[in-house]
Parts: sequence; C-alpha cells; structure tokens
Amino acid sequence: MDKLVANVDEAIAGIASGMTLMIGGFGVCGIPENAIAALAKTNVSELTCISNNAGVGDFGLGLLLKDHRIKKMIASYVGENDEFERQMLSGELEVDLIPQGSLAERCRAGGAGIPAFFTPAGYGTEVALGKEVRVFNGKPHILEHALTADFALVKAWRGDRAGNLIFKGSARNFNPVMAMAGLVTVAEVEELVDNGELNPNDVHTPGIFVQRIFQGVNYVKPIEQRTVRSRG
Amino acid sequence: MALNKEGIAQRIAQDLRSGWYVNLGIGIPTLVANYVPPGIEVEFQSENGILGMGPFPFEGDEDPDLINAGKQTVTLLPGASLFDSSMSFAMIRGQHVQLTVLGGMEVSDSGDIANWKIPGAMVKGMGGAMDLVASAKNIIVAMMHANKAGESKLLPECTLPLTGVKCVSRVVSNLAVLDVTPAGFKLIERAPGVSVEEIKRATAGRLVIEGEIPEMVL
Repeated sequence: MDKLVANVDEAIAGIASGMTLMIGGFGVCGIPENAIAALAKTNVSELTCISNNAGVGDFGLGLLLKDHRIKKMIASYVGENDEFERQMLSGELEVDLIPQGSLAERCRAGGAGIPAFFTPAGYGTEVALGKEVRVFNGKPHILEHALTADFALVKAWRGDRAGNLIFKGSARNFNPVMAMAGLVTVAEVEELVDNGELNPNDVHTPGIFVQRIFQGVNYVKPIEQRTVRSRG
Repeated sequence: MALNKEGIAQRIAQDLRSGWYVNLGIGIPTLVANYVPPGIEVEFQSENGILGMGPFPFEGDEDPDLINAGKQTVTLLPGASLFDSSMSFAMIRGQHVQLTVLGGMEVSDSGDIANWKIPGAMVKGMGGAMDLVASAKNIIVAMMHANKAGESKLLPECTLPLTGVKCVSRVVSNLAVLDVTPAGFKLIERAPGVSVEEIKRATAGRLVIEGEIPEMVL
C-alpha cells in the first residue's frame, strides 16, 4: 500500500465548504499543524469542526475561527481561546460542548461501527437534555451517538507509506480515534519512513484507517503552559 | 487561620493511599501531587493520556509533546505509560481510577457539583469533569468555602448548570473537611484556628456537627 501524497495541498484536496472535519490534538499538543495552516489559506467555510479544543487565538483552529470559517464546533473544553468564547456568547458560532470521554468514545464508536452507546457521563446535566436514559445496574445512563467526519486530520510522530502511525508522548490523545472515524483520514507525520522500517509491534494506528499521508514541515509545537522546576 | 490553596492541597494529600491511581483536575487539585506523604505510593493519571505522570520538567527539558490536562509541561516517572483519549476514559469510566480530585464552583449538600459554566458569562466547557464525576467512586472537591462575592459555595442546591449529580464524597475547603452524607455536609475537621461557628456561618447547605470537631494537622 502506498498512501503517500506529495504535499499538504494534495492531502487536503476535496475538503469543501459545509463539510464536517475531525481535528486531532489536545490543546495545541499533537494537532495537524500543516493541514490546518493549509486549510486556512483556502476559502473553505461553513465547517463543522470536531476537536477537543479550539486552538488558541492565533494558532491551530484559532486560525480558522478568527476568519469565521467555522459554523459549528463540537468540543469539550474551549477555555484557552477568548475569541471562541466571544463568538459563542454572541451567537456567531454554534457550539456543542460534550464531555471529553464521550467525545473520544463517540469518535471511536464512529470508526468501530457502533452507532450509539450508553454512558453515565452527563446524566442529570444539560448534556442529557433530549437524550434517552436507561438504568443499568441501578445507575442511569444516557444514549450518545457515534460521530464520523468527511475528513479527519491527524498528526503522528512517525508514519510509513502504508499509513501506519506511531505517536509520541501525550500527543497521541484524540488522533487514533479520529483516524478511525474519518471517511477520508489525512495523516501528517514528523518523520516519514518506507514500508518495513516501522516495527509492526510499535504501530499505534494501523494503516487501514489512513487514506492519505504526507511529510509535515516546520512544526512549531507551541507550549501553552510552560511549567518547570529549578535544578537547585 | 483559613488555609490557602497549598494548604488545601496538603490536606487532600493526607487522604492518598498506596496503590491508588489518582486523577487530579486543574487548579488546586494539581498541587496535591506536591504533598504526597512519605511512604505513600500513588500513580497520577492525566486524562489526555498519561499514567505515571511526574513533576514539572527541569528548565530546558520541556517537551511540547508531553503535557498534562491543564496543558502544562510535565514529565514521566519510571513505570509510566501513554495511551489515547478513548482508553484514558475507559480507565475513568471503568472505575480503574481510585480517586478523583477536582475544583468546584458550587457543591450541594446532596453531593451535586457545578464547575463548568456560568450562563451568559463564562463558558469554558466541561472537559473530562462530567466523565470523571459520573463514574468515580471517590470524589474530593478542592475549593474555597466562599466565592469572590463572599457567598457560600456549599449550598442546599446548586444554582449553576450541573456537572454531575449525587457524586461528591468529600469537600476540602480553606475552612474545613466535610463529607457528603444523606443528612448533608458532615463536618469532619476544622482548618487550624477556624471555629465551628465560622464554618456554620460560611455553609449555606445542611451542616451536620457531631461531637468535638478536631483541627486539621498539617
């Protein structure tokens, strides 16, 4: 299998206005920097974006947000982006905030062929409004539906032409489950290798979930909260 | 004297038991990791995909690919493991994590908690808090007893949108340790120099006081 495309523009070809996208990452850790930046240069708009966070003001999804290219955002935590909060409170942006574990599992379910599942998360809160409730083992659960996307944009540390991916550190986060749930999954990697160079034992996301892969460039990897201790 | 944030964290750390996996939320809860008592061995879980999370890195060793749920740079301890968000919440939902410590805006005397939204003013999202409180067996809320306006955060009913219902087991505030019981907040300990009267005045929800209430030993 060879899913290698020449560059980021070829990788995001076909993304059109009105589509639903999944974007991997937690905060700005492990986000597909190249794909987002390239998307920001197109005139695609009216997007529904599924991502745990909404980037920061001028990086990650913040780039799409500040130009009002996102119509609806499905996320769990958006506290790092003031412009997001402003657009949400003013009603310019449609927002569906869902519990982080439900978000991850809804993506996983979408990729795993499970249309819906019951979870206790959100029972008794506004998240449960309009959702079916069932009691299992004496505890109420709410029905959550699977999520899929026209395109999933993910980022890995290493990958091969077959689309096999290995992640690093906590940059794995939502990337594997979103890779599963994309109709077209675009993976960008810091290091692209030939098939056979990755040890199959080490692969986190099997290539079957990836339709396009490309070598990313110029990673910025901003740190949102730089916390250190002294060597003393 | 009422406790500061460090004091609250220090008191909560006394509740840690060896062998526990522990999830610490953002804010005061994060500080609990600095006060693990000698001889107690716990492993910290960060819901973005880390078990065995260590302290902040030494200056110059920060890795943008290694952060905690508060987006702070962290390190890994020997025996650590890494995983995706779905597996992380399987650990949480599946009750493999023994203790959850999180911050709160309001807690009701029946154990409801609100900590993610102030309608019309502040919407940051619930993050992993709803999954954590819906499933964890042992939930400690770390918070100030009163809000900035001086109003009690320990209430008969929460007024803000809920994060979870009947889930909090204990509140550790700057004034007291209180357990949530069917009869309301049961006063367990007072902060050093804080009187029972002071705690009564600061608690709007039902308060249960039985016998002499010991002072915390920090």
